[in-house]
Amino acid sequence: MVVRLLYFAWLRERLGCAEEEVTLPAGVDTVGALLGWLSARGEPYRQVLTETARIRSAVNQDFASDSSPIRAGDEIAFFPPITGG
Amino acid sequence: MAFIRVGPEDFDLGQEMAALRGEAGDIGAVASFIGIVRGAAGAPITAMTLEHYPGMTERAIARMAAEAEMRFALSACRIIHRTGCIPIAGQIVLVLTAAGHRKAALEATSFLIDWLKVAAPFWKKEHLAGGMERWVDAQAADDSAAARWQSS
Repeated sequence: MVVRLLYFAWLRERLGCAEEEVTLPAGVDTVGALLGWLSARGEPYRQVLTETARIRSAVNQDFASDSSPIRAGDEIAFFPPITGG
Repeated sequence: MAFIRVGPEDFDLGQEMAALRGEAGDIGAVASFIGIVRGAAGAPITAMTLEHYPGMTERAIARMAAEAEMRFALSACRIIHRTGCIPIAGQIVLVLTAAGHRKAALEATSFLIDWLKVAAPFWKKEHLAGGMERWVDAQAADDSAAARWQSS
């Protein structure tokens, strides 16, 4: 299935990518599985995305966790803990 | 229904206050919070860049504003959060609330800024003298400030 990925703040800078579309193999159907699949693509994904304690996620613009399901067409975002206000 | 604006434009407290009072009708109190870019001891900050997640930001703020309006029976509410590069001493965020009495207005303002800091997808980058820059780390104190509203 095809999903859209967004990266923000230092994740965006260190990956050198703000947004990409990826085709996921069967079985990659949660945020946690997606992080594992992305890390397996090699650097810089492996290094950046394994800092899991410092990474937050959202699916279709709602905060998500590793167990959150993902479906074809979803917009999945990865970012650091929030520092606004 | 709260007024929400996210974007690079600066704001004027007087104008926003007048707009709030126009929307609120018969009220007894207004409260405000303005967040400002400050320098940090030992780190000569020259400016701050605010990045956000367009779409999700507005949704997240609308959700917390709706909760504040209900919980504190607000008559009106305005939230402005700037994005992009803001120089030191520049305004970052405005929370304005109007209610029948002071307690509701003051508490709603505090509730909103505490939640904005942990639940609206913004990220700050500090620009330092000499061209260095660094992303600001999230503060555990911000999480506990927001969490206290869950138990009360």
